[in-house]
Amino acid sequence: MRSNFNFFSDEKFRSIFFQTLVIGLFALGIFFIVQTTAYNLEKRNIATGWRFLSDPAGFDISFSPFINFKSTDTHLDVYFVGVLNTLLVSFCGCIAATILGFLVGIIRLSSNWLLVRVAYIYVEFTRNVPLLLQIILWYSILIQLPRVKQSLEFLDVFFISNRGIYSPRPVFETGFSYVFIAIILAFISSFVIRSWAKKRQDKTGKQFPVLSSAFGLIIILPLLLFFIIGSPMSFDYPALKGFNFKGGMVIRPEFIAMFLALTIYTAAFISETVRSGILSVTKGQREASASLGLKKSWIMRLIIIPQALRVIVPPLTSQYLNLTKNSSLGIAVGYADLVHGFGGISLNQTGQAIECMVIVMATYLTISLTISVFMNIYNRSIQFKEK
Amino acid sequence: MNDITETRKPPVATTGILGWLRMNLFSNWVNSLISIFVLYILFQFVPWILNWTIFAADFKYNFNGEEIINREMCSRVLDPENGGACWAIIYVRFYQFMYGFYPREEVWRVNLSYIMLAVAVVPLLFDNFPFRKHFLKFTYVFPVIAFFLLNGGLGLESVSTNKWGGLLVTLVLGCTGIALAFPLGIILALGRRSNLPVISMMCTLFIEFIRGVPLITLLFFGMVMLPLFLPEGIDMDGLARVLVAVTLFQSAYMAEVIRGGLQAIPQGQYEAARSIGLSYWQMNLKVVLPQAIRISIPSIVNTSIGLFKDTTLVIIVGLLDLLGIGRGALADTTWLGLAYEVYFFVSLVFFIFTFAMSRYSLYLEKKLKTGINMGAD
Repeated sequence: MRSNFNFFSDEKFRSIFFQTLVIGLFALGIFFIVQTTAYNLEKRNIATGWRFLSDPAGFDISFSPFINFKSTDTHLDVYFVGVLNTLLVSFCGCIAATILGFLVGIIRLSSNWLLVRVAYIYVEFTRNVPLLLQIILWYSILIQLPRVKQSLEFLDVFFISNRGIYSPRPVFETGFSYVFIAIILAFISSFVIRSWAKKRQDKTGKQFPVLSSAFGLIIILPLLLFFIIGSPMSFDYPALKGFNFKGGMVIRPEFIAMFLALTIYTAAFISETVRSGILSVTKGQREASASLGLKKSWIMRLIIIPQALRVIVPPLTSQYLNLTKNSSLGIAVGYADLVHGFGGISLNQTGQAIECMVIVMATYLTISLTISVFMNIYNRSIQFKEK
Repeated sequence: MNDITETRKPPVATTGILGWLRMNLFSNWVNSLISIFVLYILFQFVPWILNWTIFAADFKYNFNGEEIINREMCSRVLDPENGGACWAIIYVRFYQFMYGFYPREEVWRVNLSYIMLAVAVVPLLFDNFPFRKHFLKFTYVFPVIAFFLLNGGLGLESVSTNKWGGLLVTLVLGCTGIALAFPLGIILALGRRSNLPVISMMCTLFIEFIRGVPLITLLFFGMVMLPLFLPEGIDMDGLARVLVAVTLFQSAYMAEVIRGGLQAIPQGQYEAARSIGLSYWQMNLKVVLPQAIRISIPSIVNTSIGLFKDTTLVIIVGLLDLLGIGRGALADTTWLGLAYEVYFFVSLVFFIFTFAMSRYSLYLEKKLKTGINMGAD
C-alpha cells in the first residue's frame, strides 16, 4: 500500500471533481456576465423588465392577415402578429415544398432523360445559391410588376401589381357556421370510416371505397347544405379607389417572395431526400410486387412509398425545421415576421435588446420543438413494426 | 390469359442515336408528349437567356462602342428591345466585389492572402498531394500570417475591418467560421458523449439551443447583446462579433456531424484502446477521432457549404459581403435598376464555390466507399 493515496487516480473522485469544477466555472461566468450587463445597462440608460410589452408600438405593419393591427397597439401585439406571420409563411412553405420536392424527386427517377436533366439543373442551381439572395431576387422581380393603376387584371376580380395580388375576400354571413360544422363532422367521419374499412379489410379482405365516400362527405355534403341554407356567403371585391385598392384581400409581394424562395429552395433539398428514399427500396421489392400481379400505380402506392417514407421522414423533418428557421430572413425584404417585427423594429424602438432576443429565441425553440415532436410521432407511426 | 405462343414483333432499334432517343425521350406517348413540351420550353428559354447574358450583353462598351460609366449608357437602357445584360456594373465595381473598400495601395496583401489560402487549403483536401506533410505545416501557421497580413501590425499599416468587403469578407467569415468551429465541434461532440452527466447535459443543451434558433437571431445576439456582456474597455469590432456568432452556430452543427462519426466507430475500438492502457484523451486523439473524423468529412463539407451560403446573412447586421457590395452598387443612383446583373454575378460566384465543395464531398464519399484500409493513415 502506498502511503500517499492519490485522489486523482480514483475515477469516481475525479469525475465529481471535474463536474463540480465545470459547474463552478460556469456559475462564475454567468455571475460575471450578469454583473457587467447590469452595469452596462445602467450606464447606457436602458430600461429593464417586461413593462415595454404593454407600451404602444407606434408603427404600422403592412402585412397582418389575421390581426387587424393599428399603430396604437402594443409591442405584445407586434409579437403576436410576428409569430402568426412566421407560422403562416412556414406552414405554406412546408406544404408547397413537400409537394414540389416529391414531384421533382420522382421526376429525377423517371425514364425521360430530358426531364431528369432539367430537374437536376434546377436542384443544383437552387441548392448552391444562398437563400437570402434568392429571396431578394424574387422580391426585386415582384416589385418590377406594373403599378397599381396599370395592374394586370384577371376575370375583373384579381389584380396583380407591385403592391401585391388583390383578390375577392369571402364574407361569411349567419348560417355559415352550420356549413363549417358540417365540414368538420365530415372530416371526422371520414377518418372513422377509414379506420373501420381498414379493420374490415384486415379481417375479411373486403374493400370499401374510402376515397370516394370521403370525397362525398367532405365536399358534396357541405356544398348541398350550403345551397339549402341559401348561400350564406358573399364576396368583398377589391376596387381601385384613388392610389390604391380598397376592400378585398391582398397578398403582399414580401410574402410572395418569401413563399416562392423558401418553397423553391427547400424543395430542392426535399427532392434529394425523396430520391434517396425511393432508391433505398430494393429492386427485389418492386420485382416481387410485380410478380404478384399488382398494377404499376399500386406498386408505387402500396409497396414503394410506405417503405421509402421510413427513410424520407427523418431528413424531411429537419428540412421543415430549416424552412421555419429560414423564414426569419423575411427581414431582408421587410416581411413582418417575428425577427423583423418584434426582434427588429420593437427592439430598436425600446432598446431592450436582451428581453426581445430572449423572447424571439424562446419562440423559435418552441416552434422547432413542436415540429420535431409532431414529426417524431408521425415517424413512429410509419416505422416498421416488428412483431 | 395471354396466348403464350403469340408472336412478338422484332424489337425496334435500341442502339445508335435513334435507339437512344427512342429509349430515353420517346419510350411511350406520355414520355413523347413531355419531351416535346420540355424541348419547346427550352427552345423558348435557352436562346433568350444566352442572348441576354452573352450575345446581346455589354461588357465594357455599349453597342455604340462607348465605355459605359452609368446606367444611361447601357444598351438595355438605350434600346430596351434588343439590349442584353449590362455587365459594366460588375466591371466598374469589380474591385469592390473582390476587396470591398480595402486601400488600393495595400491590396497586394489581400491578393497574397488569397494565394496563400489556396496553398494552405488545396494540400489539405487531397491525400495524395506531393509533399503534403510540409504543406500542412504551412496550413497551421496560415491563419496567423493571414491575420497580420489583412489586419495590419508587425510593421504593416493597419486596415480597419470596416474597410473590408466583398469576397474578402465572405471568405474570411466562411474560412474562419469553419476553422474555428472544427475544434469546438470536436470538443462539443466528445462532451455530449461524455460519461459525466453534467458535461454531457451542458453540451447537449448548447447544441440543441443553437440548432433550434435561426442564425439571424445569433447574429443579432452578437451585434446587440454581446457588447452588453463585455466589461468596459473591451471593444470588439463588427466583424469579430459576427465571427463569434457564426463560430458558435457552426460549432453546434459540426458537433452533430462529428458525433455521427463517433457513433459509427465500433465499441471494440474504444475497448481495445483502453485495454492497452491509453487514457481518455489518448484514446480519443490517437484511436477514435482519426477514424471518426475521416468518415464524417463528407458531412463536414456539407455543413460547411451551408455555412458558406449563410455568410450572406451578415448583410442584415450591416456587414458588406459579396451580396452587401452588390446591394450597395444597386443603391447607387448611377447604376439603379441593374439588379439582375448584380444578383446573377453574385449567384455565380457563390455557385462556383459551393458547387466545387459539393463535388469534393461527393468525391470523398465515393473514395470512402471504396477505401478498404479505413482509418489507417
